[in-house]
Amino acid sequence: MTTDAPDDLARMLAAVMRQDRGRILAAVAARLGDLQRAEDAVQEAAASALVHWARSGPPDRPTAWLIRVAFRKAIDRLRGAKRSDATTAALTLLARDEAAEDPEMIPDDRLRLIFTCCHPALDPKSRVALTLRTIAGLTTAEVAAVFLDAEPTMGQRLSRAKAKIAAARIPFVVPEPEAWTDRLNSVLTVVYLIFTAGYSRGTPTDLCNEAIFLARLLTGLAPDQAEVEGCLALLLLTHARAAARIGSDGSSVPPARQDRRLWDVAMLAEGQAILERALARRDPGPFQIKAAIAALHAAQEGPDWRQIAALYARLHHYEPTPVVQLNRAVAIAEAGGLDDALAVLRSLEDELADYQPYHAARAEYLGRSGDIGAAVSAYDIAIRQAVSHSDAALLIRNRDNLLARPKSQS
Amino acid sequence: MQYMLLIYTDPAQEPKYGTPEFGAMMAGYNAATSAMRTDGVFRSGDGLQGLHTATSVRLKAGKVETMDGPFAETKEYLGGYYVIDVPDLDAAVKYAAMIPSAGYCTVEIRPVMVY
Repeated sequence: MTTDAPDDLARMLAAVMRQDRGRILAAVAARLGDLQRAEDAVQEAAASALVHWARSGPPDRPTAWLIRVAFRKAIDRLRGAKRSDATTAALTLLARDEAAEDPEMIPDDRLRLIFTCCHPALDPKSRVALTLRTIAGLTTAEVAAVFLDAEPTMGQRLSRAKAKIAAARIPFVVPEPEAWTDRLNSVLTVVYLIFTAGYSRGTPTDLCNEAIFLARLLTGLAPDQAEVEGCLALLLLTHARAAARIGSDGSSVPPARQDRRLWDVAMLAEGQAILERALARRDPGPFQIKAAIAALHAAQEGPDWRQIAALYARLHHYEPTPVVQLNRAVAIAEAGGLDDALAVLRSLEDELADYQPYHAARAEYLGRSGDIGAAVSAYDIAIRQAVSHSDAALLIRNRDNLLARPKSQS
Repeated sequence: MQYMLLIYTDPAQEPKYGTPEFGAMMAGYNAATSAMRTDGVFRSGDGLQGLHTATSVRLKAGKVETMDGPFAETKEYLGGYYVIDVPDLDAAVKYAAMIPSAGYCTVEIRPVMVY
């Protein structure tokens, strides 16, 4: 009885939409070939749900109801639109599936939608924004907050991306085998960017969990893919240590010095198991390597830096960037090769001049090598460039410890 | 759907006429064109003569103004084009990547306006 009250219906609809909006939207978009029109159709279906459910009671399976009605709304819109081969084809598809016995049984089209949202023909920021909006189901205001943008600015960015998908006809398809590896990497990179955005600064939406949700969804939609599993494992192995990342004084704590009692043991174990499954497929890739590095950092007996250095060398083969080289240098230093590490760091001087972690690493290892003067000036640069208070606090403490050290030790 | 593939070239980046590399590039163009024809997607395509042959025209208050040279002096300029008819952007990307100049400079893909 009480479920028929308007407030309860609205709450029920909101819950269904939160859970299944991506699924419903993907079903419409894949047939319509136009994301904006698909969003409008889903919006109209939700509006008419409130009216119909209040009149005749909520349906047994609200998602199936919404898919069917969204198909009908899409058909109505197409009938009013200009005729072309594309609209005729879309109408045929929609009419066939609208009449299907059980619209919820049609295959999940979210994988196709994800590949479209992460298409390399869209600019990287729009890929992230579009994925958060359409697949993760964030509102435009929530997506805007992620980028610290004003809501209208983000709204325009999303509209432009959807307009390009329609006008340039970026297809709603899972890519062909020859393009699969690159396109999948583009998708996983978006998921990882969402995760790191949540990791590096507090946003109103828990982006780390949104990213883990997306990675889990992908392991269901594209099963038996080593890199998809590698991505999920990487997120879990990193996120499991989240609570130990910031010390009681508000400064960042490197993995080696973290309080292991704060680690999420269950999440670590899940990440490790997924990584092992991925590696057993013998189809290596950058996400599996990064996950393996994260697993080594979380090892019970402490990190095996020699192996971490070797993994960064392999990662550099996939991602030949100076940041990967920087991480390799850190691992080499921690494995005992201080001089080799400083040589690698010197070779990165020009490329990473504006990269704060570079100066933080130089400061640390110059200090260890006894070059206090150079170390302190590297600390000063790193502190100036630090984006978070916790990072700056750690660097200031390290610098002051170095200066307080008796001269005989240096 | 029709797409124009605009081939932006920079002579400094491409092989010189008469070298074996130049021959390989031209063979690559022939291969790309015949793949497009065989697949039934080729609509048109041509190379353009060099910038020194370009003339730009403007109409100012009904008067024709003719100038020597291209619209804009840039290092990379339009050197040729294809128009192909394919189902979607992924297919257009596949054919654009067959064009040898994509290996030296840039091929820009633009959907053709439908009126």
